[in-house]
Amino acid sequence: MPQKLTTAGSSRRSLLGGISDTNLLMSITMIVFVLMYGFAVFGLGEGFLKAQTFFNMLNANAALIILACGMTLVMITGGIDISLGGMAALISMSSAVYLDMHSGSVVGAIMISLGIGLAFGLIQGFLVAYLDIQPFIVTLAGMFFARGMTTIVNTDPFNVQNEAFVKLKETRIIIPGLGSVNRRGQYIDAYIEIGVVIALVIVAALFIFLKWTKTGRSFYAVGGNKQSALMLGINVKRTTFLAYLMCGILGGIGGFVYFMHVGSGSASHASGAEMNAIASSIIGGTMLTGGVGNIIGTLFGVLSLALIQNIVSSVGLDQAWWTGITNASMLCIFLVVQSIIIARRKKANLSAAKPADAKGVKT
Amino acid sequence: MSSGNNNAGTGSFLSGILRNQIFIPIAALLILAVFNFIVDPSFFKITLGHNSNGDPVLSGQLISIIDYGSELAILAIGMTLVTAASRGQDISVGAVIAISGSVVLRVLCGTNSRPDELQAPIIVAFLISCLVAMAFGAFNGALVSIFKIQPMVATLILFTAGRSIAAWINNNELPVVNDETFTYFGSYIPGIPIPTPFFIAIACFIITWLALKFTNLGLYVQSVGINEKTSRLNGLNPALIKFVTYIILGLCVAVAGFIKVSRLSTINYSVVAKDIEMDAILAVALGGNSLSGGKFNISASILGAYVIQFLTTTLYKFQVQSDALPAYKAVVVIALVILSAPVVREKITAAFRKLRSSANAESQS
Repeated sequence: MPQKLTTAGSSRRSLLGGISDTNLLMSITMIVFVLMYGFAVFGLGEGFLKAQTFFNMLNANAALIILACGMTLVMITGGIDISLGGMAALISMSSAVYLDMHSGSVVGAIMISLGIGLAFGLIQGFLVAYLDIQPFIVTLAGMFFARGMTTIVNTDPFNVQNEAFVKLKETRIIIPGLGSVNRRGQYIDAYIEIGVVIALVIVAALFIFLKWTKTGRSFYAVGGNKQSALMLGINVKRTTFLAYLMCGILGGIGGFVYFMHVGSGSASHASGAEMNAIASSIIGGTMLTGGVGNIIGTLFGVLSLALIQNIVSSVGLDQAWWTGITNASMLCIFLVVQSIIIARRKKANLSAAKPADAKGVKT
Repeated sequence: MSSGNNNAGTGSFLSGILRNQIFIPIAALLILAVFNFIVDPSFFKITLGHNSNGDPVLSGQLISIIDYGSELAILAIGMTLVTAASRGQDISVGAVIAISGSVVLRVLCGTNSRPDELQAPIIVAFLISCLVAMAFGAFNGALVSIFKIQPMVATLILFTAGRSIAAWINNNELPVVNDETFTYFGSYIPGIPIPTPFFIAIACFIITWLALKFTNLGLYVQSVGINEKTSRLNGLNPALIKFVTYIILGLCVAVAGFIKVSRLSTINYSVVAKDIEMDAILAVALGGNSLSGGKFNISASILGAYVIQFLTTTLYKFQVQSDALPAYKAVVVIALVILSAPVVREKITAAFRKLRSSANAESQS
């Protein structure tokens, strides 16, 4: 399927005239997001109008944005990484133990986080790219390994008391002019956490990387069709390896940002984070089949999930299980939409191809 | 992977055994058994005792392996079929066990969470849970076969939402059934000293074996797994066959869930069958089945399942915490998939050939 090489290829004619698949999916997500926000503002009251409500969504999901970016990278190359949630739990626990029980420094904790991420990226990338093992099996084993290791590092959950870390955790970046007045008439500044800045910088950097660098473009080529990528002179194995390596490092950064947000170590941390990251990427227009995807879409995917959770809890369905069920049904709907789009595109290609070379259009 | 060998050499019998699929789980079993025998021979001791009701029961580590490994063996049957047909695994089995177990309790308890007597016959509860689990299997199967989503991503949906659904079914309560007949399925039937789950697993195996022997299911599943396009050209319906394997897995899950609930007479939906999907995949891999579909061997998978339980019991004996078990098993999985990866296999065969040719050269000179 060489038309997947570019995000806007021959598939243009098949859907809504001039919009390519990824842009179509991303636009759907953006429209849904804006509509939902509008619904929330008008239906559920003024709370959603405050800038801080939006910033809180960012604060709570900064780590998920970074993890979902990593997930998007590997999904563009046609793989998947479900070890991210377990990795975040392992990083939180290791950093927490290092900070509190070995009275370590914050810099050391960051080093540990990056080291764990790097190790996962190197090993999983090697197994997937050079030994040609199914990514799902490799990263599933990675996920169970990380979850098991978390309990081996320390069994009981605990809060970190380390002063330097607590100071870093409480650091808030004040956004001028967007604060609100509370019931007592006091003015409260709107703020974001450091993690949000890191997440947004990463989103911007990856957007540039995927759009305008040669390596970034080769990610799409590898995900679209390995054979043609090879013929174009791309080192397919190295590119795949690089994607997993970057995903691992992003997992390391995301894990530390997660740790900075929760400030504790626990074996049950970030449970289901891998599902949320996959869901965000898919909602944002990344195709599971590879070759199609977009970082900005992923950002909106994360925000949509966060908004739905906010709405669900404001409507009054605040039992814990509703979050799981709504997230899963979102993922389900978008997966089905994607598969319908793929099926329609195949049909369009088949009808566009001449009968003589119809044999060559099979997938 | 034929067990026959054309090379008429001295090593042909040995390599014939080595090539047989069932060799892998047997070898793993032997390694574990020898290891346990060296460390502590009392591992193999089986004693005949009496339980609190005065009925004779066998006890010992080996008995607990065939007891607790049975759910896994039942799951391995369905998982092997799903793996062979759809070239992927179902990772929602643990979550669906929680759902079907909750359904059993819901039907038995009615509206009250701690009834004095059952509100419905046990068989009705079991049949309803089978239907529910098959419906969830059909959901997974539809996503995989009709919408062509990769199996592991499709089942990821239930993997996360399943336990939430289980909590919702019982309204977040933990119902308890107080009935003696109900406990027979997860422990012992009076007068028979061997745990019931083992008999259920054997029954499931015989049914599957008969089904594979007298129908074309096995052949169709293999053909779809090896090449979907060719199977369609030969008049099969690949989507339907994949769909059917997921429904069969649903049935296996319901049986396993029923045993799990019967063991404790209650359910803790967040802990029940936790991490069992990893064990089930491991059982399939250890049975020598390719995780990317195609040929399969159910008996090898079942043996693989008991080997996993052997490994679990051994790890428990070394004071490994139950939450830490996945870490060790993950290492085993990775070792297995690395050894069975085509790239690695080629290198190993090349190395062997080199050795043999150099040995030949030496003997000739």
